[in-house]
Amino acid sequence: MKVVISVIGKDSVGILAGVSNKCAEYGVNIIDVSQSVLQDMFCMIMICDIKTLNTDFNKFADVMSAYGEEKGLSIHTMHEDIFNAMHKI
Amino acid sequence: MLETKDILETITMIQDENLDIRTVTMGISLLDCIDSDIDKACDKVYNKILKCASRLVPECEEIEKKYGIPIINKRISVTPIALILGACEDKSPVKFALTLEKAARAVGVNFIGGYSALVQKGFTQADKILINSIPEALAVTDHVCSSVNIGSTKAGINLDAVKMMGTVVKQAAELTKDRNCIGAAKLVVFCNAPEDNPFMAGAFHGVGEADCVINVGVSGPGVVRAALAKSKDLDITSVAELIKRTAFKITRMGQLVAKEASQRLGVPFGIVDLSLAPTPAVGDSVAYILEEIGLECCGCAGTTAALAMLNDAVKKGGVMASSKVGGLSGAFIPVTEDAGMIHAAECGSLTIEKLEAMTAVCSVGLDMINIPGDTTAEVISAIIADEAAIGMINSKTTAVRVIPAIGKKEGDSLSFGGLLGEGPVMKINTGSPAKFINRGGQIPAPLQSLKN
Repeated sequence: MKVVISVIGKDSVGILAGVSNKCAEYGVNIIDVSQSVLQDMFCMIMICDIKTLNTDFNKFADVMSAYGEEKGLSIHTMHEDIFNAMHKI
Repeated sequence: MLETKDILETITMIQDENLDIRTVTMGISLLDCIDSDIDKACDKVYNKILKCASRLVPECEEIEKKYGIPIINKRISVTPIALILGACEDKSPVKFALTLEKAARAVGVNFIGGYSALVQKGFTQADKILINSIPEALAVTDHVCSSVNIGSTKAGINLDAVKMMGTVVKQAAELTKDRNCIGAAKLVVFCNAPEDNPFMAGAFHGVGEADCVINVGVSGPGVVRAALAKSKDLDITSVAELIKRTAFKITRMGQLVAKEASQRLGVPFGIVDLSLAPTPAVGDSVAYILEEIGLECCGCAGTTAALAMLNDAVKKGGVMASSKVGGLSGAFIPVTEDAGMIHAAECGSLTIEKLEAMTAVCSVGLDMINIPGDTTAEVISAIIADEAAIGMINSKTTAVRVIPAIGKKEGDSLSFGGLLGEGPVMKINTGSPAKFINRGGQIPAPLQSLKN
């Protein structure tokens, strides 16, 4: 199962490293990353495979969201199907 | 591959534009709970609801987490209780209301609908008893919702039922006057009631439905408004096109959640209701969409035309996005639940007469309107009759949910809190229709040709 992790917030050093570390810690494999910085706003979209996730999905989503709060970022972890449903016919 | 802009668009819709699944409603047939002993029937009803719906709330919460999309309400609709009551020797319908309340609390749903009777062409004894018990049933419960269908295009309008409902609405408000007349906010009077509607207070599980189904209602006025706000100078054809595209996206999400919920619960997927259902949250308003289209204030000249276009475009976009569509499907215009409508009513731009005209071109009807507490039962009946006539002639669903604000007069405010919102007590025409209403009988079914 693939999930989309979106990270939005003020740019600073180590955002990508921090989020990737969390993914590795929970056994989440990052497949694709795209990121951009627009006027100090950092925006990153990660597409990840959670086949080898070592906890349950809800817990992982909570951990990511809490990590975001701690770093002043907005992090959402959502199943890719919601985007496929909405944007693909 | 997913594109970044699409992902961001979805996230913005959910985070900033109040996109949500308004309700996942499980429809449960109670026909197999019929028993001549009312206590046994109540036990069967309770057990059946718990059997079918005990996983409803936890599964919906899992879906919310998985997709990151809020599901605001989890609800249950049941077979109209008047049908179950018919077989009971002891006809004390409030026992059923209390059973539904107990079951709703046990499974943790927000509302349970179906304390209902279908009397468009006449009453059974049980129908009459149930209708008369509605005020008490709504006063002694918190989660139970009630609806009565008093007319249809095929049957005409049961004026005897219309007369009864005027009194019932008023009593429902009076019995709950210490709780902001909330009883009347949980009671809807329908013409052409749909049997698969997931929205409250009018949800019930029709007799033509399967044993247990999942119906989903989507929402998203904020998303439509935001889309329009970004595209200022489009002509109205392009505006309709944009609304269609947005409605499509919203409904696809509803379809995804409906399928997932039905699979997880092992229950067939019923329908997606393609509605724009507002909430009192700022930005989540149908009135603001109309104002974004170019009206100074909702209720001014042009409102009916803009709403007609909006309603039609929502349906066209939504129908493509879902395999099965039903329920009320369209734009809702509940006054107290919509920040823009509340504002328009407060500043005098939106009147009950304009609202009545708007209901001829959009989903549902006169919804969540506070009227003066001293309004007579005959006037309420006549409001119901007018609205039912619009539904009957136009072959559409119309409904009346007015709240007589006991002890308050025009210009005062009545607040329910939560999704039901708050709003001003609106001016109504107090001329007496008593003779008309007291005639009783049946308004004959209308001709379906010679449409002029």
